[in-house]
Amino acid sequence: MTQFPAAVSEPDQDSTLVLNMGPQHPSTHGVLRLVLEIDGETVVRLRPEIGYLHTGIEKTCEAKFYQQVVPLTDRIDYLCPLTNNLAYCLAVEKLLGLEIPPKAQWMRVLMNELTRINSHLVWLGTHAMDIGAFTVFLYCFREREDILRFFEMVSGQRMMTSYFRIGGLALEPPLGFFEKVKKFADRFPGNVDEYEGLLTGNPIFMMRTKGVAQLSTEDAIALGASGPTLRGSGVDIDLRRDAPYSGYENFKFNVPVRTEGDVFARYLCRVQELRESIGMVKQALAGMPEGPIKADAPKVVLPDREKMKTQMEALIYHFKIITEGFAVPAGEVYQAIESPRGEMGYYIVSDGTAKPYRVHMRGPSFANLQTLARMCEGQLIADVIAAIGSIDVILGDIDR
Amino acid sequence: MPLVPPITDIEQLKSHPALARLVQEDANANAALGSQTLGSQALGSRAMVQAVKFDRDELTIWIAKDAIREACAILRDAADCPFNYLCDLTCVDWYPSEPRFEVVYHLLSIPQKERVRLKARLDGSSPAIESVTSVWPSANFYEREVFDLFGVRFTGHPNLQRIMMPDDWEGHPLRKDYPVEGYR
Repeated sequence: MTQFPAAVSEPDQDSTLVLNMGPQHPSTHGVLRLVLEIDGETVVRLRPEIGYLHTGIEKTCEAKFYQQVVPLTDRIDYLCPLTNNLAYCLAVEKLLGLEIPPKAQWMRVLMNELTRINSHLVWLGTHAMDIGAFTVFLYCFREREDILRFFEMVSGQRMMTSYFRIGGLALEPPLGFFEKVKKFADRFPGNVDEYEGLLTGNPIFMMRTKGVAQLSTEDAIALGASGPTLRGSGVDIDLRRDAPYSGYENFKFNVPVRTEGDVFARYLCRVQELRESIGMVKQALAGMPEGPIKADAPKVVLPDREKMKTQMEALIYHFKIITEGFAVPAGEVYQAIESPRGEMGYYIVSDGTAKPYRVHMRGPSFANLQTLARMCEGQLIADVIAAIGSIDVILGDIDR
Repeated sequence: MPLVPPITDIEQLKSHPALARLVQEDANANAALGSQTLGSQALGSRAMVQAVKFDRDELTIWIAKDAIREACAILRDAADCPFNYLCDLTCVDWYPSEPRFEVVYHLLSIPQKERVRLKARLDGSSPAIESVTSVWPSANFYEREVFDLFGVRFTGHPNLQRIMMPDDWEGHPLRKDYPVEGYR
């Protein structure tokens, strides 16, 4: 049976035109499709059409052991894989009641802040390029390359890291890793000055961003915005400070908040976050504790290779974990952490078996995308591009 | 942090602002009902709060399914601790047991940094619940997602269409009786 697809939208008047932006538009950062109803250059209505990247990860998780879900989480928000890993691991550890050793916690913070910088650099480069500043893109990707090398050093992978495991970390960081990160951390504030020198005072950039795509505080809360999108609209909330996890209570940092609620405010929040994050990286390097990187829970955490080859129990545990997983006590948790884009929450329901009964990811981009219509309606069509960039959506995170 | 057994006694948990507010609302409503019917014992029982559980530092409140929008509005407008932010809305399928579906709401109070989880149980035959889009517009996408992947209908939703799957898709993939590999 062939069915013709329904008309995308019924224009109210003859003067408006329905325009498809995406899913193959270069500035929609993936496969986002926006159905725009425009009157001349003015956007009358905007409707996001999503689902092009839907892979059913939540369903797949239900068929995997708990430890097999970790690599899947990388694929959700593919610009900050470690943040996904952390949110998932923290949720399962909370279900299990596991205690994580301090060195693993500090490494997690260190890697998470590097991930935040990595993600913000991609955002800054592409956002600036959308608006017409090409040089920043090259500068940002230069520094991003360094961070990807750090990821490769610790995990063997540049992007799909899966470095955090339930109960700790996959591997010890290699020799010379901290020195290299230290060198980068010393250099990076100068790089941020470089980006800011190209953008913050740039009259063209300011004209494209100041007062554009405004979002009031009430709307931001009602529409479920989070992260820099919410803080750019004057709400002072950051889960790293307000609901600390993984040892964030040991770190000192400021939470940049702007009240203007426009594209420029969100830009300033994120750029300031770059500086705060590199500060946290330095604190993590300076105070890195010694000790094990895995929790002492032989039934959950895989044994070291060395032990496995010399001790009978370790071999048995290894075999059991690999072949039948580990049972997680029944219950449910919602673990929210601050991803570069906002509140990333993992809701996991366990029925007492070795496979999760339900895994739900609260993607920050999914909620942030809902604010786009409020930002853009009544604005010019060129400002839609600036608005999409400013909420920093990742389609893997939206569609899951 | 070793696991402690969950607490399910309402009296012990009344210090949590969300539960305190809802229990008080129940008591007020019952008092009003009671005065109308001159102290009739049988009629004076209306309960939004059906059950509670405090487990792993998280509070869960089961709400009667007809009262979910009202409960959300009460919590959003609570004076001392307004739960003004809807973090997440999702669903769990408990197939084959009944009531089959549990719609789960995660609320956050931005001023007080408190969290609470609301749940409503739905039957499997024709699952429907009132939409909370009038309380939080952000529920729009979440409810569409639950409708798409679980087949739970939200009455009063402005645009209840599939959001992830194609419009002509058959079935609801996140239901437990839907195979992981899909229908072949």
